[in-house]
Amino acid sequence: MNKPLRRIAMFCGILVLALLVRTNYLQYVRADELNANEHNRRVEIERYAHERGDIIVDGEPVTGSVETTGSDFRYKRVWKDGPLWAPVTGFSSQAFGSSQLENLEDGILSGNGDQLFFDRTLSMFTGERQTGGNIVTTLDGAAQRAAFEGLGDKKGAVAALDPRTGAVLALASTPSYDPSDFAGNSMKDSEAWQKLLKDEDKPMLNRALRETYPPGSTFKVVTASAALENGLYSDIDAETESPLPWRLPLSTNLLQNEGSIPCENASLREALRWSCNTVFGKMSDDLGNDKMIEQAEKFGFNEEVFTPVRADAAVYPKDNRPQNAMAGIGQASNRATPLQMAMVAAAIANDGKLMRPYMVAQRQAPNLDVIYTHDKEQLSRPLSAENAQKVQRMMETVVEDGTGTNARIDGVTVGGKTGTAQHGLNNSEKPYAWFISYARTDSGSPVAVAVVVEDGKAVRDDISGGGLAAPIAKSVMKAVLDGKK
Amino acid sequence: MSVVTNTTTIGAIDAPSRRNTELALVAFAVLISVFAYANVGLALNGELPAGMLGYGLGLALLGGVAHLAVRRFARYADPLLLPLATLLNGLGLALIWRLDQSERFQNTRDFVAAASKQLMFSAAGVALLVVVLLVLKDHRILQRYTYISMLAALVLLILPMFFPAVNGAKIWIKIPGVGTIQPGEFAKIIIAVFFSGYLMVKRDALALASRRFMGMYLPRGRDLGPILAIWAVSILILVFETDLGTSLLFFGMFVVMLYVATERTSWIVFGLAMSAAGAVGVASFEPHVQDRVTAWLDPFAGWGEIAASEQMAKSLMAFGSGGTLGTGLGQGNSDLIGFAANSDFILATVGEELGLAGMMAFLLLYALIVERGVRTALAARDPFGKLLAIGLSGSFAIQVFVVAGGVMGLIPLTGMTMPFLAAGGSSVIANWALIGILIRISDTARRPAPAPAPSPDAEMTQVVRP
Repeated sequence: MNKPLRRIAMFCGILVLALLVRTNYLQYVRADELNANEHNRRVEIERYAHERGDIIVDGEPVTGSVETTGSDFRYKRVWKDGPLWAPVTGFSSQAFGSSQLENLEDGILSGNGDQLFFDRTLSMFTGERQTGGNIVTTLDGAAQRAAFEGLGDKKGAVAALDPRTGAVLALASTPSYDPSDFAGNSMKDSEAWQKLLKDEDKPMLNRALRETYPPGSTFKVVTASAALENGLYSDIDAETESPLPWRLPLSTNLLQNEGSIPCENASLREALRWSCNTVFGKMSDDLGNDKMIEQAEKFGFNEEVFTPVRADAAVYPKDNRPQNAMAGIGQASNRATPLQMAMVAAAIANDGKLMRPYMVAQRQAPNLDVIYTHDKEQLSRPLSAENAQKVQRMMETVVEDGTGTNARIDGVTVGGKTGTAQHGLNNSEKPYAWFISYARTDSGSPVAVAVVVEDGKAVRDDISGGGLAAPIAKSVMKAVLDGKK
Repeated sequence: MSVVTNTTTIGAIDAPSRRNTELALVAFAVLISVFAYANVGLALNGELPAGMLGYGLGLALLGGVAHLAVRRFARYADPLLLPLATLLNGLGLALIWRLDQSERFQNTRDFVAAASKQLMFSAAGVALLVVVLLVLKDHRILQRYTYISMLAALVLLILPMFFPAVNGAKIWIKIPGVGTIQPGEFAKIIIAVFFSGYLMVKRDALALASRRFMGMYLPRGRDLGPILAIWAVSILILVFETDLGTSLLFFGMFVVMLYVATERTSWIVFGLAMSAAGAVGVASFEPHVQDRVTAWLDPFAGWGEIAASEQMAKSLMAFGSGGTLGTGLGQGNSDLIGFAANSDFILATVGEELGLAGMMAFLLLYALIVERGVRTALAARDPFGKLLAIGLSGSFAIQVFVVAGGVMGLIPLTGMTMPFLAAGGSSVIANWALIGILIRISDTARRPAPAPAPSPDAEMTQVVRP
């Protein structure tokens, strides 16, 4: 009976061998795939097993971690001034995932990122507890606060940039939310989350980056730039060929101006000062759709911007003639995010150079070693320095002696442009108030800002870029300028 | 014992008993288990656990008592079987104790710490081993109970049908005041006794009286009877108790023993064909079995819909997160698997916390037990002993394969327990008894042959014998 016994022994050997092969396959070959599985709760447990790194503004963390009990997750994210910083940081919830910087920089913040591999390996040997690294932002706390308080209980958004570097200085969106409300995974967190999802005012929408609005008259600076760059006009004080009334091409409609303003053959400077629809509408039509698209794209239109948080692409589409003429005054199918319009103002303020917007200045390892520093980078060159300065002079006239006087700051050169964007079918809804501006000092321009207020509560006739949005822009610029002193 | 006094060349030279080796290995097994406790305690609370001494002493006592029993009643037994069982039992205790510390379990409504109960069951198991060694002076005595054991096995296998299903399988008997018993574990041993007795008597008839058909020896119809009966019973278990594991074990063991008894390959082909037919047939209408197969084919597809799939997927993720070296005892999250984490799925904890290295070590420990069992069968001098030893070690191997393969997703999950490792009284007691019988057979097998009667001619003529 020994021969079959030996065969049975071999059979048992094969069974064990199969198990050994299988365990090698599972734990060596497939380990990474299994660890990355969406259902694998260990990833979440690990993420919250230690203190998360902080997001830092002006050298101070705006976030924190607190220890919790009663669940798998040991640490919970908390925010200081949650509603103020939510549009910058995004949220990081044990139950509902994460967004924006909390999501994009999770590798550093959680300490699990590949960049921190060396630190982790080291702390494995030294026995130190793993913690997360920090994200140092470019934001200016005073400017952010000015923007948030300026918007107050109105719906709207502010984006402010440093034109010289592209650094994001303020990114406010109202109504906002407090990410601390749903950072845990209790019933209370769930209720807060559901309430936010159902809120008709969409508090979790980051209006500064993710909402596109018709840019209204603020777009006229783009049209003016296109006219100068393409040689349609070169002297900003010379008369333009602008009949009044002006009929939209291929149409029987006459383009109207707001009130009776001196727009017939007005110079570029005067036309911008009074915000003449007829002048800029005809200018856009004279340039044609292709040149307008080209100029808009140089300013960053038609492309998503990653700061690294993604901003929706502003749009300047291919269009027919009348639509293109209307787009020249920001009232047709072109749309822009507040960030995009801040980029327009920043490029003009920076003598025509558009810097890539960014909000992560540094990434720090848990031991505060800097592992990444942003280098400023030119995104494009929408204007020559000469033309940029011409547009600057035009915009400065608007603030000194035009529709934007509300943004004047004593002793500082400020350029700006108002906008009142109509929207809705047949202009049925209340318009958006826009204001884009920059401040200039001897050492170049430290701040450019775009403000949009979508205020359904104001009386319709009171809504104007100069009235609602300009004071907010002014306080943001002032906050930045005061900080520089 | 016996000292060589004659001068024949057939030596009755006293084989080394290896009892001291066994003692050293048992001590080593206890030590490793105590280290495991220390490891869990340090990882979880940063201090040596209070239970470490108790469990360590308990385990040392069990190993010591078992060793003394072997030393006294089975002097020539294989020296590896007892230390291997002690090591697996000890590490199993440490793993169960580790899972007891899980907050996730402690927060559930009907949490009961399992480690202390397991130590009690282990003690009962070792007691049974001592009883086996004490009562069973010779394993051939079991031959007398061939048909009684058949009856007992059938009763044990059929009884759970009359009790309500637990987690989808009717494999439990609930005795008020005593607790639940999983009779399948005991039936495994009893049925091996029956097969050995039956096949020893019938092996010639089964092997020789067959017709040749297409290159294979087909058995005669009247010999086919018992085989068909066994097949039918295993199918019945599958259908009425929805217990895939036991029926597979039961039938697999029968095929193995039949093959060893008859030395005919055709029986294996025959057996595999029948079990395949049975499995496919049952799977086509039994939803419980279908779920298991679905969960096996793609565990992640049924996430959130089929409980078995989710459990399976969680088990795979536990293995995956262990990786090559594991997270370290006490530092994994294998308790995410849920209620079966300390029984059916205990191997997932090994995989997660001890990693690939630990898994391979555990699989080799099991392989060693099987190897010692097969070696015992080879060494046994009587066909009954050979059959019983191969039946027991073969069924042990099949059980390990079915359970480990199941939780690792190699084959569909069947819901049996990992011998010695898993929490569960029936399993640990039955497996200690199994080890006891193997020790008894190996003792008989390795015992030196009695010295031949001194030959009166020996002094006068020297004969060179082949």
